[in-house]
Amino acid sequence: MSDQKKLKRRDFIFTATTAVGVVGAGAVAWPLIDQMNPDASVKALATTEVDISSVQPGQTITVLWRGKPVFIKRRTQNEISEAKSVRLEELKDPQKDEERALNPEWLVMLGVCTHLGCVPLSDKGDYNGWFCPCHGSHYDTSGRIRKGPAPTNLEIPKYEFVNSNTIRIG
Amino acid sequence: MLKKYKFLIILLFFINPIYLNSAEKSEKLLSTNWSFKGPFGKFDRSSLQRGYQVYQEVCASCHSLKYVSYRNLSEPGGPEFTNDEAKAIAASFEITDGPNSDGEMFTRPGRLSDKLIMPYKNEEEAKAANGGAYPPDMSVLVKARKGGADYVYSVLLGYDQPPSNIQLDDGVYYNKYMYGNKIKMPAPLSDDLIEYSDGTKATEEQMAKDVVSFLMWTAEPHLEQRHKIGFRAIVYLIILSVLVYFSMKKIWSRIETEV
Amino acid sequence: MSEHNYQPKSKFGKWFNDRLPLLTLANHLTDYPTPKNLNYWWTFGGILTFCLITQIITGLVLAMHYIAHADLAFSSVEHIMRDVNYGWLIRYIHANGASMFFLAVYIHIFRSLFYGSYKSPREIIWILGIMIYLLMMAAAFMGYVLPWGQMSFWGATVITNLFSAIPLIGDSITTWLWGGYSVDNPTLTRFFTLHYLIPFLILGLVVLHIWALHVPGNNNPVGIDIKKPSKDTVSFHPYIVIKDLFALLLFMILFAFFVFYSPNVLGHADNYIEANPLVTPAHIVPEWYLLPFYAILRSIPDKLMGVIAMLSAILILAALPWLDTSKVRSAVFRPLYKQFYWILVADVLILGYVGAMPAEGLYLLLARIGTAYYFLHFLVILPVLGKIEKTSPIPLSISEPILGGSLNVEPVKKLDKNFEKL
Repeated sequence: MSDQKKLKRRDFIFTATTAVGVVGAGAVAWPLIDQMNPDASVKALATTEVDISSVQPGQTITVLWRGKPVFIKRRTQNEISEAKSVRLEELKDPQKDEERALNPEWLVMLGVCTHLGCVPLSDKGDYNGWFCPCHGSHYDTSGRIRKGPAPTNLEIPKYEFVNSNTIRIG
Repeated sequence: MLKKYKFLIILLFFINPIYLNSAEKSEKLLSTNWSFKGPFGKFDRSSLQRGYQVYQEVCASCHSLKYVSYRNLSEPGGPEFTNDEAKAIAASFEITDGPNSDGEMFTRPGRLSDKLIMPYKNEEEAKAANGGAYPPDMSVLVKARKGGADYVYSVLLGYDQPPSNIQLDDGVYYNKYMYGNKIKMPAPLSDDLIEYSDGTKATEEQMAKDVVSFLMWTAEPHLEQRHKIGFRAIVYLIILSVLVYFSMKKIWSRIETEV
Repeated sequence: MSEHNYQPKSKFGKWFNDRLPLLTLANHLTDYPTPKNLNYWWTFGGILTFCLITQIITGLVLAMHYIAHADLAFSSVEHIMRDVNYGWLIRYIHANGASMFFLAVYIHIFRSLFYGSYKSPREIIWILGIMIYLLMMAAAFMGYVLPWGQMSFWGATVITNLFSAIPLIGDSITTWLWGGYSVDNPTLTRFFTLHYLIPFLILGLVVLHIWALHVPGNNNPVGIDIKKPSKDTVSFHPYIVIKDLFALLLFMILFAFFVFYSPNVLGHADNYIEANPLVTPAHIVPEWYLLPFYAILRSIPDKLMGVIAMLSAILILAALPWLDTSKVRSAVFRPLYKQFYWILVADVLILGYVGAMPAEGLYLLLARIGTAYYFLHFLVILPVLGKIEKTSPIPLSISEPILGGSLNVEPVKKLDKNFEKL
């Protein structure tokens, strides 16, 4: 066997060993990282059903879903028309009110300011919607950002009307 | 001289664990061809589904499975009921939830995220209802008994007439395999006690096998994944060992010493 | 730390190294001259480092999910086993890792006993090792309490009750340890805290252990002092590193076998029953790695004397460098010691075996003979043997036994072989 061939084989065995070793280290790292992800019991709790039969027009209830507050607002006719009349050009994060409420009477959204995660106050602010006391973000009656540092509208979770009295979030 | 000692010591080392396991003299346990044994062992899905039926119809009136959730029934590596079947099973039980906005507890149909309902509210109620004996939670029962699946299987099938020298009180039964031979649970299984929904003949042995498989799964829900990952890990380690061995030979060949 | 003057090549490296000589340290560790005749029994130091790091990493992960409360501990462990992503894997590695750690440490200790690694000038290394071993036992014991199963609870009860053997203040001490009048929630939380702390103490001692090792350098199978660096040494990297790695991989195969195919075989079934202060399991047995000492404890019919005997059995090891009076390190050149060494190994295995058996009849007799011999070995046989034993001739350098006593012939052949290979 020539010297060169010998040398190549030596290089090959070292490269192969290192490569296989690196793959193994990666495989070991994954369980250690993945264990911090939501576990099976947390994932299973992903839905909440809310009884809305006793909510009056103009009233907002707050429920807990995945450890976060969800605002469920029964809007008055005034608030609905106010939300619908806004021109999209005026919005920082343009979105029609129809895209945000399955049923115009009910607005369901995460009560988490899109700026840094505080909980906005209901029926406050310059647009009669929500106002975040942490850094002064104003949301309108559709939960859209109008003024302040928040970049996007309040998030709408996945939800559905199970029947006229019950909403299932998640 | 030295070799003799070494042999003796190695022998001791191997005898040790064997003796440890047979510390108590007892009946040799019954066994059956468990599908989950061995490095490639897997659960038999239909056996687990039947086992769940046996648990539900026979055991659940006294024994809880408090660490098992309805969602587990449809998870991979278990009985693998379909998601809809598992939902239907969960919904067939009334779960106490609450308090609601009036501060009252209420009942609702079960959901996948719920734990299996318990036959008794607490240990004291369980004892009171069973003549002072607590029917243990069965979630990890198979792991909690020396002899594991074989032991539980043997106890289920080990009821017999007591030998003449053993006196039994009321509500105490003789069991060949039970620790101390006395058990407060009456023989739970008998031929055709239940009717399997898949048409399998419900013999005593069949039911015992199915329910023990099911309990093995409740105790070790990730057994299949463990076996699968284990096989890959060991194959990987062997390959890497071989590579490292040849790397080592190469490196040590630079000096004249043999490794 | 190092006798050679290392200069980093890059400018930045030099700037950094002048301020914090980490590169000098790294260079010292890689270049560290190691005897080239170390056999595979010497790879267990590296394996033990791996065990410690594995236990710390998996332990950190488990601590993220575990709840140290008497009402919740057992169910939080079940939560880890069922719901946490790969929780079962991490817990099984941690639980079996403890056993693997002890398996490796026993081999490491008995290697030291065979080759006389505890003798001058390595007494401090040895004593640091004994301290690490003691802390390992404390960590393992407290760790076993955390799942709050029946064996956890009753093991904790039995071991903490050992302190009640102390005259006069014994009861106050046990109450103080428990934080109550029995093993209960306060005991669990403090055990968890200490179980979390101890591995980092061990880590600190390991650094000292290695530091102390690097002063005189490794002992070796021949047991003679070697010049370093010299023809008798190789640099730690890559020669020893790759060899340690190979041994570690073989060790990991065994480890993986336990984790994946019999994860509960080294534990007790009773520990899957939640702790119940009203019912004691039929047999209280510690984990296998504590069995020899448990046998010594039970072999003495007096409570206080039993505890003292058990503690002495461990602490006597710290005096070993002075109890063994022989000037020759390696058992290879001590024909009599070699035989007594194997008798001691057998004695410890027998003690381990009877430790798992009920303390009665033949087992108790065996335990007593075993205990007596254990102390006899260290207190009588070793001191006397050093004085009377006729040792075999010792080679002048470690190359000599390899060369078979004849000069020059062998190395030439070796060189030829290498040449042919090329």
